[in-house]
Amino acid sequence: MLDILHQYGVMFLIGSWPNGPIGGFAATLILAGLGLTLSFPIAVVLGLARLSPIKPVRWAASAWVIAFRGVPLVMIIFWAYFVVPLLTGTTVPAFLTALCAIVAYESAFLAEIVRAGIQGLPGGQTEAARASGLSYAQTMRHVVLPQALTNMLPSLVNQFVSTIKATSIVYVIGVNEVTFAAQQVNSIELTHALQTYLILAGFYFAACYALSQLAQGLERRLAQRRLGLA
Amino acid sequence: MAFDFAFLASGNYGALILGGVLTTLRLFASSWVLGFIVALLLVGLRGVPLRPFQWLISLFIEYHRNVPTVVQIMVWYFGMPQVLPREVRLWLNHGDTEFLFALIALSLNVSAFMAQDILSGVRAIPATQVEAARSVGLGAFSALRYVILPQAIRMAVPPLVNRSLILFKDTSLAMVIGVGELTYQVRAIENLTFRSFEVFAVATGIYLAAALMLMAAGATFAKRFPADFRS
Repeated sequence: MLDILHQYGVMFLIGSWPNGPIGGFAATLILAGLGLTLSFPIAVVLGLARLSPIKPVRWAASAWVIAFRGVPLVMIIFWAYFVVPLLTGTTVPAFLTALCAIVAYESAFLAEIVRAGIQGLPGGQTEAARASGLSYAQTMRHVVLPQALTNMLPSLVNQFVSTIKATSIVYVIGVNEVTFAAQQVNSIELTHALQTYLILAGFYFAACYALSQLAQGLERRLAQRRLGLA
Repeated sequence: MAFDFAFLASGNYGALILGGVLTTLRLFASSWVLGFIVALLLVGLRGVPLRPFQWLISLFIEYHRNVPTVVQIMVWYFGMPQVLPREVRLWLNHGDTEFLFALIALSLNVSAFMAQDILSGVRAIPATQVEAARSVGLGAFSALRYVILPQAIRMAVPPLVNRSLILFKDTSLAMVIGVGELTYQVRAIENLTFRSFEVFAVATGIYLAAALMLMAAGATFAKRFPADFRS
C-alpha cells in the first residue's frame, strides 16, 4: 500500500498538474468548495421563498427543493451533460458541467438548512424588527439572517462533507478528480485494486472526518453560547 | 426538437426500463432489510463494555459515514476479490457478482447511519422515564413496550425515513460497477438511441415518484406521531 502511495501520491493529490489541468483530491476540494459557495446565494433565496407569505412563490421554491432532493445526483449530472451545452450553444468542459449539476443539487439541501435556521429563531425577532420600522428586506438583512447563519454554521460544515462525498460520482462524465485518479492508477497497476481504493477511501476519510469533528465542535460551542445567554 | 416517448414501446426498451426499475427496487429493499439488521446488531454491540471492541465499532461507523458510497462500492467490487480465496472467487463469478457486492456495500453503508439514528432516538429519552415507569409498577417488558419504545420510535422514524430516501437514490451508484438498475439501463438506452430527453425524463419521473412517496410517508408519520408530544 505504501509503494502505491509513494509512487502515485502526487497523482492522488493534484493529478497531472502543473503539466496538465489540476486534478486529484485538490480538484475534488475545489469542485466541492465552489459548488457549495455558488449554491449558497440560491439557497438563501430559496429558503426565504419557502417561508414567503405569497403562495405561488412558496410552491415554486418547494417544487425546486423536492425535485432536486428526490432525484439521484448521477441523474442530475446526466441532465446537465445534455442540457448545459444546449443552453450555452457550445461544448462545455466536464468540470463545469459537473459544477452546474452540483450547484443545482446542493441548493436544494442548503435551502432546507437555511429554512430550518430561520425557523429556529424566535418569532419575536421578526416582530420586533418590523415593529421598530424595518422593512421586510431590512429585517432579513440585519436581524434574521445574521443570527440564522450563525446557528447554521455546523450544518453548513456537515453539508460541505456531504458535497465532498457527492463529488466522487462526477468521474462518470470524465471530470479529473481523485476518484478518477484512482481509476487511472488501478488501470496502470491492475493487481493492487484493494490498496488503490483503500488509499482513495483514506483521502476522503481524512478530510471528511476532520470536518465532521469541526462541525461537532462548533455545535458544542453554539450550545454553550446559547446556555450562557439564557 | 420533437419529443417522442412512443419509441419506448418499440423494441425491448420498455422491457429494459422495467427490468431496471425491478433491479432498483430489489437492491433497495434487500439492502434496507440487511442494513437494518446490521444496525440493530451495532446498537446492541454498543452495550458491550470492552474498549478495543468499541473502537472497532466506532471505526466501522466512521468509515461508512465519511467515505463516499461510490468508493465503498468500488472497494468491495474491485478490491475484495483480490483477498478472497480462488474457490470463493470462482463460486462468486457464477452468480450476479455485481449485484451481490453492491448489496453488501450499500447495506453496510446504510447500517452505519441507521445505527446512529436509532442510538440518538434511544439516548434522547431521559433515564428517569425508565425509573418512573418501573416505580409505578410496570415490569421491564411493559416499561419498554408502553414507555420507552413509543418515544424512541417517534424520535428515530423521521431520520430513518430520510435515510431510506437517500438509500433509494444511492442505488443509482451501483451503476458504476455495472449493476443493471434504472440509471444504468437508461444510460444504455441513451447510448443506443440518443433520445436523451425522453429516457432521462422517464427515469427522473420514476425516481421522483418514489421519492415523493417516501417523503409523504415521512410527513404523515410526523403529523400522526409528533416527536415533541411530551411538551
